[in-house]
Amino acid sequence: MTEQTAPMRERITLTVNGTSVEGLVEPRQHLGDFLRQNLGLTGTHLGCEHGVCGACTVIVDGHPIRSCLMLAVQADGANVTTVEGMAKADGTLHPLQAAFRAHHGLQCGFCTPGMLTTLHAFLSANPNADESAIREAISGNLCRCTGYESIVDAALAAARIMQGGA
Amino acid sequence: MGARYFGASVPRIEDPGLLTGRGRYLDDIKLPGMAEAAFVRSVHAHARIKHIDVTVARNQPGIIAVLTAHDLGVAGKPMPQFAPSPLIKQQRTQHVLASEAVHYVGETIAIVVGDTRAAAEDAAALVEVDYDPLPAVTDLRTALDGDAPRAHEGAPDNHIATMRTKFGDTDQVFARAVHVFRETITQHRGGCHAMECRGVIAAEDEISGQLTVWSSTQAPYMVRRMLAPWLGLDESRVRVIAPQVGGGFGPKGPTYPEEFALAQTARLLKRPIKWVEDRREHFVATTQQRDQIWDVEVAADANGRMLGVRGRCLHDNGAYLPYGLILPGTTMASFPGPYALEALDITLDAAFTNLTPTTPVRGAGRPNVAFMLERLADRIARELKIDRADVRRRSFVRKDQFPYATGTKARDGSPIVFDSGDFHSCLESAVERFSDFRSRQEEARKEGRYLGLGIASYIEDTGLAPFEGATVKVQPNGKVLVLTGAAGQGQGHHTVFAQIAADLLGVPIEDVSVVSGDTGSFPHGIGTVGSRVAVLGGSSVHMAATRVREKALKLASEMLEAAEADLVIESGRVHVAGTDRSIGLADLALRLDGVAGLPLPRETEPGLGATAYFEGRALTFASGTNLAEVEVDVETGTVKILRYVVAHDCGRLINPMLVDGQIRGGVVHGIGNALFERMIYDDSGQPVTTNYGEYLLPTATEIPRIEIIHIETPSPLNPIGVKGAGEGGTIPAAACIISAIEDALTPFNVCIAEHPLSPERIADLIDGAKAT
Repeated sequence: MTEQTAPMRERITLTVNGTSVEGLVEPRQHLGDFLRQNLGLTGTHLGCEHGVCGACTVIVDGHPIRSCLMLAVQADGANVTTVEGMAKADGTLHPLQAAFRAHHGLQCGFCTPGMLTTLHAFLSANPNADESAIREAISGNLCRCTGYESIVDAALAAARIMQGGA
Repeated sequence: MGARYFGASVPRIEDPGLLTGRGRYLDDIKLPGMAEAAFVRSVHAHARIKHIDVTVARNQPGIIAVLTAHDLGVAGKPMPQFAPSPLIKQQRTQHVLASEAVHYVGETIAIVVGDTRAAAEDAAALVEVDYDPLPAVTDLRTALDGDAPRAHEGAPDNHIATMRTKFGDTDQVFARAVHVFRETITQHRGGCHAMECRGVIAAEDEISGQLTVWSSTQAPYMVRRMLAPWLGLDESRVRVIAPQVGGGFGPKGPTYPEEFALAQTARLLKRPIKWVEDRREHFVATTQQRDQIWDVEVAADANGRMLGVRGRCLHDNGAYLPYGLILPGTTMASFPGPYALEALDITLDAAFTNLTPTTPVRGAGRPNVAFMLERLADRIARELKIDRADVRRRSFVRKDQFPYATGTKARDGSPIVFDSGDFHSCLESAVERFSDFRSRQEEARKEGRYLGLGIASYIEDTGLAPFEGATVKVQPNGKVLVLTGAAGQGQGHHTVFAQIAADLLGVPIEDVSVVSGDTGSFPHGIGTVGSRVAVLGGSSVHMAATRVREKALKLASEMLEAAEADLVIESGRVHVAGTDRSIGLADLALRLDGVAGLPLPRETEPGLGATAYFEGRALTFASGTNLAEVEVDVETGTVKILRYVVAHDCGRLINPMLVDGQIRGGVVHGIGNALFERMIYDDSGQPVTTNYGEYLLPTATEIPRIEIIHIETPSPLNPIGVKGAGEGGTIPAAACIISAIEDALTPFNVCIAEHPLSPERIADLIDGAKAT
């Protein structure tokens, strides 16, 4: 090893989608790259890597977080949920995922994981949210395909089901 | 044919994977031994390259190669012209890697290959390029002046081509017109901004020599067509696959230097290589639409009926011609809009600048023409003090005039004909939703609130020639496979193809799977551009599935010993109506797939499948009218869109839910063009809006609900009666929003002939109007 060139690495331990995982990461690696490259969880998409588009949003300790703006080392000890962790183990879709399909809340699907995780965290904390609050909640997630209306409709429908304890 | 799926809002078969993180986009593909690439790109808009020093970069840890044009053997070998045209005066396509000069910020100069993308990017920053900067052409208004700098050194001028579209006697029409109005209209359109950037993987199989290229493209067959001869390979040795693509919107239609560079580098280094564009690159290296400047005149009669339009358009094509004259050509093909003009004479001059090249973005020049024509229609209404809808009512092609020859000519010289439509019904159905608007506007003004109503009508030529095709096959397990060349980028093509096939073959849609966008699985394709796939791809699936159905009925008739007329196909089985006798499609498929020693039935080809191509011999025209209600804060210049109504005719609807999605997404793209999106360059050609803090896209809080009214006039030109729906939302939207803002500002007598409009610009327009 030459000290000038070999990148320093840090060991981290975190919980991802209910499973404890370990990683050896460069301090500069962001959480999104760690999830995609080290864990193969490619459902988290990188759309801008400067924290505006929201496609890479994951849930960290209950909060929606842009995984391109959080370093992997900062997630040491955290509990992370990605889009892969939303459906039940038997494959049953989360009410948000089912509502997105029923309301055509996705077209190309690239912003979708970030929309789902953002809304998952938001509706869990704000189960009675109305349309205007939902629009505000996803105002940090860019979608070029849908015009947002079908996403809002899906979120309203899912909120009703989530409140019903489904 | 039962209409179980066709016409119904069927949930998409694409969705389950996309909703659970199993989309498999380009960047999700990982091959054994795969290296990753980054590009060194020009930091100057126009410069000679004096020297490139890669020594330091090459010696970085984790670096496999740093290659210039000479290293790659591509110096002096520009990319092929995608769309040759005799009108092109200066044939300039980009080099895969620039070695002598660069002509826009972002142009590729060297490729750096590393174990990881991070290593490649680190080393790319250490490549030293010694430039000799040259004057840059950045202002379209003066680009064709004799004393303008040249975008390419040694060129006679910056002129690419002159295009003209003309019919009738404009001199005579303008001479006898009661009214003639002149406008100068300046338009800017932004970039693509699919949420997935571009990306390429190239890998050559060591033993077979087969080159496979995965690209997040709209047109894998065109990538193969460009790439194979350039590499000196038979097409059969090049396979191009479009995986799941995260939005296209036009700029993923052309082929790019990165596709060529990756293919060549993978062959040279004998290992798979991936490159994924980051967003900063997307702002400079993915084609854009940008500026058009129109100087036009409109002639109208005493009642405000539009009689003729004449004038000139100046078009910014950027630094190269990656896509021939398709974008300016589509601009010209948008005339005469929905208007029954007596005469038209438009000249377009396309110019080189030292900015990122331009190619079609959703709408592709059509929104520009719609904006211009709709501004002229509004101008007539304002000058004559008549209702803006009346100008449209009096000027539209009438329902009884279809099929209507517009007077313009297609590329092959044939007359352009509107196949079907009902422009007036679209207009009236949208207008009637705002019957109380003027009284509300008056009331609001008393409270110091400025409401405005916008109106814009449009046509869209769809179903662009030449063809798309499909193979439909029943597999021995009874499930149906559809193979097609037409790739999707989120439109839901697999679902609509499955709907069509499922109905004809009497199977549940769950039993249909679709493979698309892979040159290795279907022989011919063109690409997903110009709102053509539902028309051409959908019709080819219909034709192929119809033949499979006929084949199944013929064989079942022999095997069940019943007349074909007595047979029905339901739930994957052919039944003799009114009896309990039936045979499964699976059994028929197995019979036709053949068993050794058992001859096939006479006069039957193997396999329960068929392949068909639908050729688009003539364009089919979608049309409609949009109305928008806005409120303008005259102090801050901010615009709030209160209501948006679309009346739209795209023929028969295969899946209304998906069509609505296309329309809403399209409208919002147009709203972005009207109010938010501006790609700004400074005078030296440096881009200054290269992130989403500086370049604004519409977000959920600015966008209203969009009400949609469908008027269905089936197209007589294809077997399923459909017209394209991909761009109709975008085409009138900017025109509609600007019309609404102008209407809101009527008390200030503000006239608007430009977009996008920032709040600051609106405030300036109000101040300017107050001062005069």
